[in-house]
Amino acid sequence: MQGKRKFKLKHFISYIVLFAALILFIVLDSVGVLRRSSLLLITQMSYSIILAVSLNLIVGFLGELSLGHAGFMCVGAYIGGFVANILYDAGMSSAILVFIISAIAGALSASVAGLIIGLPALRLKGDYLAIVTLAFGEIVRTIFKNLDVFGGAMGITTRKYGSDLFVVAMILVIFTVFVARNLIRSKHGRAIRAIRDNEIAARSVGVNVTYYKLMVFVIGAFFAGIAGVIYAHNTTPVNQSFFSFNYSIEILVMVVLGGMGSINGSIIAAAALTFVNVQLTTQLSGDMAAIKNLIYALILIVVVMFNNAPALAGVREKVRLGRLIDRLFPSRRKPSETDNSDNGTAAWDKIPTKIEMDALLSTDIIPENTADISEKDGDLYD
Amino acid sequence: MTEYVLQTIDLGISFGGLHAAKDINLKISDNEIYGLIGPNGAGKTTVFNMLTGVYKPMTGKFLLCGEDLTGKSPSEINKKGIARTFQNIRLFSNMSVIDNVLVGMNNQSKCGVVNSVLRLPRFWKTERSLREAARELLAVFDLDGERRVLASNLPYGKQRKLEIARALATKPKLLLLDEPAAGMNPQETAELMDTIRLIRDRFDMTILLIEHDMKLVSGICDKLTVLNFGTTLAEGSVSYVLNNPEVISAYLGG
Repeated sequence: MQGKRKFKLKHFISYIVLFAALILFIVLDSVGVLRRSSLLLITQMSYSIILAVSLNLIVGFLGELSLGHAGFMCVGAYIGGFVANILYDAGMSSAILVFIISAIAGALSASVAGLIIGLPALRLKGDYLAIVTLAFGEIVRTIFKNLDVFGGAMGITTRKYGSDLFVVAMILVIFTVFVARNLIRSKHGRAIRAIRDNEIAARSVGVNVTYYKLMVFVIGAFFAGIAGVIYAHNTTPVNQSFFSFNYSIEILVMVVLGGMGSINGSIIAAAALTFVNVQLTTQLSGDMAAIKNLIYALILIVVVMFNNAPALAGVREKVRLGRLIDRLFPSRRKPSETDNSDNGTAAWDKIPTKIEMDALLSTDIIPENTADISEKDGDLYD
Repeated sequence: MTEYVLQTIDLGISFGGLHAAKDINLKISDNEIYGLIGPNGAGKTTVFNMLTGVYKPMTGKFLLCGEDLTGKSPSEINKKGIARTFQNIRLFSNMSVIDNVLVGMNNQSKCGVVNSVLRLPRFWKTERSLREAARELLAVFDLDGERRVLASNLPYGKQRKLEIARALATKPKLLLLDEPAAGMNPQETAELMDTIRLIRDRFDMTILLIEHDMKLVSGICDKLTVLNFGTTLAEGSVSYVLNNPEVISAYLGG
């Protein structure tokens, strides 16, 4: 019983933290403590989180590698900015109304782009799909660059929302997390994860793979579009050069860093990386871009190695238990578990390598004797 | 015309000139345990793959309870009532045991995306009933206690059971088992035989199975078909087939 209640709290912890942060920031802002740059940072963090969570749906839960997430964001930003301009020109003065309408327009047009990119996703897998999504991102950028309606190479000039954009952005973060979590923790989410784990088996138990792949691409693109709209209301002019391949990779780094298939992880990683990024950008001058990328690369390498190296299995187990108490009292009480992970492939298998490049060949399961480890991860979705 | 649960008519497929399966004619009656045996490479799994839509048959057709399912997609065929397990276990290994079964039950819940995302009452209602059904099913296979364990952490024998449970969760009319006893020791195999009988009786199931273990085959099958090089070598009752000189020579290479 007690365990059950704890587990419920776990489900709401992200909302609690996000709401608390939102209220805190609103209070701080009204008192006047927050500087303008901090508000900007919060907004940037917000759209990063939306991007990371939505990309996690595609990469972490569906198991398809997408390298074009910035492309969806680009669609959202341009269309959202464009629609907002029209509305302002038409004399609409309520900024929030303009934001809402432009967000709907931006998100829907990004969804259409997601549908378009989702269609080849049904036939391609792994590396091939990744290349197509990469190309998609670049194509989108080039199209906007060459359309005079959207300001050509200069980009589209938008009107900034105002200093309280961060409130809207954070509400949208909560909305994104709400949708993503509830989707994943439903029968649809189970089907999506089943496709990731073993597509052939998923088909064999009647999962409509086509439908779910398209659905995830569309939903992922939808939220990327929303992130783009926030960006458009935060930055002017909206220039296509921002949505480059590098930015897609940046989002992917957030997802990988936070853990594929972990929404909370994506939130934390996106917020942390954006913070680091912005700090580096403001603190460093000159060759800062190079240093920034260097740090990104290093973080990615370290995290991937830490997550996957069999030699670090023992360390990982300890950290995984996560709780401060466990760290304060290094767990001597479960020596058997650490032994298990050291002597075999068991721990290695437990670390989900989510992108199964070849579901056809990679499913031979080695017999294991680890019956009783009721992993905390296991009941995450129960 | 008697209604068979599964009837295949001249079913065949070839891969670049190789007849992986040719003129396969199976007739499986209700509540039967039917064995499909043959040496390695005889085309047994190919037949399974055709029956589940993984391969599209090039010739012939197959009927489930009189309904032609030839050429349908795997998920459609599953919805019509054929479920299978795999020779090399294909569980959803990063999902919990109960989630594996719940995926199998997906098509029994009519709860749309909007309902799920907004957590409307319908979501809770269907989710609760699915979960109850899943636990009931797991209890049959003695897996209920481990429902929160990741599927990949189950011991081998239980993974096999879970795969069967997952297939049954789709409420099939016909269950295909691809080498269920592969990699099992004699004791586990004996247990498996009991399980298969239990499935037949309890779920009123018709079962088609591929197996190499002759003890299991002769122990539980009502009828057999022997394949060799993609063609039917013999069919009929177990004792008839196993005493057939052609079958013996195919197996022993005489």
